[in-house]
This record gives sequence, C-alpha cells and structure tokens, in this order.
Amino acid sequence: MSDTQSPDNNDAPKGAIAKFLAASPDSVGKTIFVAVAVCLVASMVVSAAAVSLRPVQESNRLKDKQVNVLQVAGVYEPGIDVTEAFAAFEPHVLDLATGEFVDDQFDPTTFDDIAAASDPELSVALDDDPAGIGRKSKYRVIYLLRDDSGGLDKVVLPLHGYGLWSTLYGFIALENNGNDIYGLQFYQHGETPGLGAEVDNPRWKALWNGKKLRDDAGDLQITVSKSQPAAGPDFYIDALAGATLTSVGVDNLVKFWMGDAGYAPFLAKLQAGEI
Amino acid sequence: MSQTKREMLVDPLVDNNPITLQVLGICSALAVTSSLQVSMVMALAVIFVTSFSSFFISCLRNQIPGSIRIIVQMVIIASLVILVDQILKAYAFEISKTLSVFVGLIITNCIVMGRAEAFAMKNPPVASFIDGAGNGMGYGLILLMVGFLRELFGAGSLFGVTILQTVNNGGWYVPNGMLLLPPSAFFIIGLIIWAFRTWKPSQVEEREYKIQQVEAH
Repeated sequence: MSDTQSPDNNDAPKGAIAKFLAASPDSVGKTIFVAVAVCLVASMVVSAAAVSLRPVQESNRLKDKQVNVLQVAGVYEPGIDVTEAFAAFEPHVLDLATGEFVDDQFDPTTFDDIAAASDPELSVALDDDPAGIGRKSKYRVIYLLRDDSGGLDKVVLPLHGYGLWSTLYGFIALENNGNDIYGLQFYQHGETPGLGAEVDNPRWKALWNGKKLRDDAGDLQITVSKSQPAAGPDFYIDALAGATLTSVGVDNLVKFWMGDAGYAPFLAKLQAGEI
Repeated sequence: MSQTKREMLVDPLVDNNPITLQVLGICSALAVTSSLQVSMVMALAVIFVTSFSSFFISCLRNQIPGSIRIIVQMVIIASLVILVDQILKAYAFEISKTLSVFVGLIITNCIVMGRAEAFAMKNPPVASFIDGAGNGMGYGLILLMVGFLRELFGAGSLFGVTILQTVNNGGWYVPNGMLLLPPSAFFIIGLIIWAFRTWKPSQVEEREYKIQQVEAH
C-alpha cells in the first residue's frame, strides 16, 4: 500500500495523536502498535460476546441434552414440551465401581459428571484407556424411565470417547433387562461432516435398535466393525463407510463404558433385579 | 471509483457475482445448501461478515502497515466470524449445529478476503460497507437459488414446509436423494453459471488457447 498519508492532516497543526496517525504505517513502531491495538480490540470484542452470551448458550446446550435423552429413549416427537417430557425421567447419580446410587451425596439434577472427570477428588486416571478420555469420573448421572405401572422400562446411560478429531458425547438407551440396546445417539462431537458425522445419520442409529451387549455366557460381544464378528448378527453394528477411525472410536467407547470400568457393575445389579 | 453506490450494491448480484463470475466461495456453497433455511442463515452470516469486515478494514486502511496487512485483515474477519458463531449458538442453536464448522470457515471464504484486499484497502468506509454487503448478497443469492432447488426436489419441501408430498409420506413425489448430497450443488452451480453466461455473454471468458487449423503439407 503506497497511499500512506491521510490527506486531510497534511497541513493542519499536529498534536501527538495526529502526528502518530499521519506517520508512515510501515515504520517498525507503528507496525507493532497497530498489531497490538487490533489484537487487543478484537480479543475484547470476542471475549465480551463469549461471556455475555454464555448463559443463553448453556441453557440451549442443557435443553439439547434433554432432547437427546428423550430421543435416545424413543419418546421424543417434534413440538413436545421438552421440560415436561424430561420430567418423566428419573435422574440418579451412579457410583460406577459399586453400581449403587449415591443420590444422598450428590444432587442428580445439578451434578456435572463431565466436569467431575477433571476433579481429582471425583475421578480416576485411566491406565487402560481405549476410549481415549484420560480420566473418568467415578460417578455418572443416569436416567431411568418407568412405564405407567411404575416398573422399569428403559435406562439411559451417558457415554463418551475419542473418535477421529473430537470427543463424542452421547447416550445409550437399554431395555430393562440391561442387555438389549434400544438406541445410541451422540449429542456433541466434532467429526467430519458427511463422514464421521454420519454417526448422527438416522439410518445408522437405527442399526443399534435390538442389538445385544452380552452373549449368554455374559461376555461383552457388541462390536462396530466392517464385517460381522463370530458372535453373530445380534452383536454387530456395521461400521460407517469412509469413517474408519470414528467407527473404531465408537466401538471402543461403547465397549469401554459397557465393560467393567464402566457400567458393568450397575448392569449386573439391574439384571439381578436389584434396581 | 466511478461506480455509484447503487451499482456497488447491485453489480455483484448478477454482473459481477462472486460465485458465478469469480467462482469464489464454492466450498461452503456446496456444503450448506441442502435446505433453504440453513442457506439463508449462512447467507445472512456472510453478508454481515463481508460488509462489516470491509467497513472496519476500510476505516483502518491508512493505518494498516503493508507488511502485516493480511494478518490485520484476518484478525478483523476472524473476530466478526466468531461473533456470528457465538450469536448463532445462543439464538439459533439447531441451525448452528447444522452449519457446524461452516460458520467458522467463513474466515477462509475467499469472498471476504477478496473484498477486503481488492476494495476496502483502497476505498472509503461507507463505499466499502456497501461493496461488502453487495458481494455478500451476490453470494447469498446463489446460495438461496441452490438451496431452493435442492430442498424442493431433494426433500419435497421449502423451509421445512412440505410442498411436494413424498412417496414415503403417502404422496406421489419420489424425491431425488442425490440433491441432498453435496455433489449435486456442483451440477446446480454449473448450470446457474451456464444460464448466467448465456444471458450475459460478456461474462464468458476468452479461451486461453485456440485450436489452430493447420493445413496439411
């Protein structure tokens, strides 16, 4: 850029600021000044927007999470009152190691198990970490859905793990026998649109319905892969085409959370009829 | 600049359209046009970003050092894009989920950078603002045209309202599923460019090479 002078101040008497404005923008001092000033102003605008809009965004995110719980349990229809429908779900804080509810220690409506995963008091570092999450909260918030007569209908369990680019956060809904899958769905991820993000594809999600976690011997058999494993079609979800690493991530995270480090103690209790 | 302000606004719609003539901003035009509502939000976001980034860059144009001008432009553009992203996340959460990375990618949309570098660095703020808005609207116009065709024939609806009752819902229309996939936007944009250049032959580029007729020896 060669038109460096602003034409109006050329012969006006100059104060310090006017002199500075009229100085060549290509001097070292001015270059640094402009760089710092622009960054400062831009960062202030951005952080002001981020901070002031956070409450609205948080409530959106919460509502979105509730919608996802409803969807994964199959009770969502467009236009329903989400808060009202969500009230039918019974939240509980679950101690993963024992499979017991610890609602007396934590309030299930406010306990944040994702934040708890980075709290040393409430979480454990994972040595064997197939889901790629680093630390796991000892407690998770799960939801029970009861049928009209008060018997247990479904359980909705949160799970998360690393895919290709991002951590996928989602829910799995199980039938009351604790072994049949009703649905799986992710509410937050950053996978590639059109490839890994096809985890949101309704047709792919529908594959999960009716699958089983464990075989009759009690071994965890559920698998997301390209070809059917020996265990048979009841335990097999066809992997996403063009999204190998996301599929591997989903496979790992489902196995992790359904396994002994995850909900296995709780599911054992559920099958024994103790919940 | 001998252009009037009205020309600056209207010119990029057809005569100097950033997508059909300059063939810029194609990537996001392919990705977000599968429904009309999303196309419209994306178009509004780009109009906002191009007009205000041009305005602010033009305000600073005499102060921006040549050696770091692209970086300064990027900082301004990126801040505006983050602002749009934050607002969408707060007030249009569902749409912002559909747009996912493409709001962030407005930063790399060549139209924004192109107007900043080609126009706003050399012209006064108001003219730059209008030029930015015009180019954003030119982009938005194509987005809406593509979005209209893709949603109508791909899903049988417009703005989510059913127009052609599809077979799945007991109607007569068999939707063209390919139109919901990104490659279809390539065909539609290609056809739009063809239509524009047939209508305005001055937009047709000269051939770089001509096939010569050589006489046989």
